[in-house]
Amino acid sequence: MRTKTKIEVRSLRKSFASDKGTLAVVDDVSFEVRDGEFVAIVGPSGCGKSTLMNIIAGFVQADAGSVVIDGAPRSKPDSRGILISQQGSVFPWLTVRENLMFGLNGHAQSNASSIADEYAEIVGLKGFEESYPYELSGGMLKRAELARALVVKPEILYMDEPFSALDALMSLRMRNELLRILAKERHTVMLITHDVEEAIHLADRILVLSPRPTRIQATFEVPFPHPRRLASREAQELRVAILRELGVDHEGLAPV
Amino acid sequence: MQRIKDTLPPLAVIALLLATWWIVVAATGSLIFPTPWGVVTGTLELLKDGSLWRHIGASLMRVGTGFGLAVCVAVPLGLWMGWVRGAYHTLNPVFQILRPISPIAWIPIAILWFGVGDASPIYLIFISSVFPMIVQTTAGVHTIEKRYLRAAENFGVSRRTLFKHVVIPAVLPQVLVGMRIGLGVAWLVVVAAEMIALHSGLGYMIMDSRNAGNRYDLVIAGMIIIGLIGLLLDGLMRTLERAKWVRWRYAH
Repeated sequence: MRTKTKIEVRSLRKSFASDKGTLAVVDDVSFEVRDGEFVAIVGPSGCGKSTLMNIIAGFVQADAGSVVIDGAPRSKPDSRGILISQQGSVFPWLTVRENLMFGLNGHAQSNASSIADEYAEIVGLKGFEESYPYELSGGMLKRAELARALVVKPEILYMDEPFSALDALMSLRMRNELLRILAKERHTVMLITHDVEEAIHLADRILVLSPRPTRIQATFEVPFPHPRRLASREAQELRVAILRELGVDHEGLAPV
Repeated sequence: MQRIKDTLPPLAVIALLLATWWIVVAATGSLIFPTPWGVVTGTLELLKDGSLWRHIGASLMRVGTGFGLAVCVAVPLGLWMGWVRGAYHTLNPVFQILRPISPIAWIPIAILWFGVGDASPIYLIFISSVFPMIVQTTAGVHTIEKRYLRAAENFGVSRRTLFKHVVIPAVLPQVLVGMRIGLGVAWLVVVAAEMIALHSGLGYMIMDSRNAGNRYDLVIAGMIIIGLIGLLLDGLMRTLERAKWVRWRYAH
C-alpha cells in the first residue's frame, strides 16, 4: 500500500516510580501506522499495552521518544484522536444525545442535536437519544461511546480493549458493527486487545508485544479480505502463530 | 401492600411507647409530667391562639436564612477547593480545626458580635452547616472518576463546558448529601440557639413554657413538633435526590 504515514511512533520509553525503585514499562517501541490502517496490538496482560496507548493518545508523557501524527509531534490529547477505553467514559449524568453533543462545541445547538441523532442511528441507538446511560445495556453503552467518538469525526480511533467487558456474543456483534461503520467512514484505528481472534477479525496488521518492559516482538500482516471467516485454515494458522509468539502452543496446553 | 407492611412495625413501636408513657404517668400520679392526652390538649391550646405557627415560622425563617447563606458560601468554595490543589491545601486544615467546634461553643461569641436578635441564631446555623457542605462538595470534586475528566480532555472542550457538563453534574449528588447533613445540623442548632434569648421560635417556646409555670405539656409538644418538622425537612431533601439531574447516581 502506498498510503501516507498517519502515526509514527519513535523509540518510546516509559518507566514509573514504584516502592521498589523504577519500573520500566515501555522499552524502545517504534512503529508506523498508515492512514486508514487498522492496527491491533496484542500482548500478555500487564505488559504495558495501555500505557503505550495512553502515550500515543497523548494522555501520558513518554520519558523518551516521540509520537508524530501527520508529520507533527503530538504532546497533548485532542479531538482528532479519540480514546475508547475498557471501562467506558459515557457521562452517566447526560442523556445519549447530550453525550453525543458533548464534543460538538463549535456547532449551533440545533445543528449539533441533529448530527448527534444521526450518529445515534448509525450505531443503532435510534429511539434511545433521551435515555440515560443507566437505562442502557452494556452493549448499548458501547455503541453510545463509539457514536460519541465518531460524531466529532476523529481521524484516529484509539481503542483500549473496548469490548472486553462485554459477553462473548455481544463482543462479536460489536466487532461486526465496528467493521460496518469503518467501511463507511474510513478511520485510522489502533486497537489494543488480549483477544487474538478479535485482532485477526478486525485488523490489517497485528503487533505482538513482549512482557514488561514491553517492546515489539513480532508483526503479522492480516491479508484476508472482509468479511473474514475466522474458521478458515489460514486464519487458524495465523492464530496459532500469534499465540506461539505469546508463549502459548495451539492446544493451549503448555508454554513452548 | 408492601408499604403498609413496612409502616406497621414503626407505628406499633410508637403506640407501645405512648402506652408505656401513659401507664407510667398514670401509675406514678405525677402532677408535672403530662400524659400524651395532656400534650394533645396543650398543642391544641397553642394552635388556637396562633402562637405555635408563629414559633414554627420564626424557627424555619432562621434556618432558611442561615442554611441558605451557608449553601451560597459552601458550594462555590467547595468546588474551588476541590478543583484547585493549592486552595485545598491552604484552607482545608483551617476548616478541619473549625469544624469540630460545637455550635453551642459559638453562642457567647455570637451574642457578642450580633447581639440577641435574629442575627445570632442565623450565624450559629450558618457556622454549623457550612463546614459539612464544604467537605462534601470538595470530596465530590475529588472523587470524579478520572476517565470522565480524560474524556472531556480528549474532546478538547472549553473550561466552561467542562464545568457545566462534567464537573458540576458529577458533584451535584454529593452536594445534595452535604445539604441534607447541613440542614439536619441547622435544625438541631436553631432550637439550641433559641433557648438562649429571643422571643420566638420553638426553642424559645420550650424554655418559656418551663419557666412560665412548669407547662411540661407544652415542652413535650414542642419537642415532638421539632422532631416531626426535622423528619419533614429530611424528607424534602430526599425528594431532591430523586430529581432528574442526580438520579443517575442512585439508579442501579
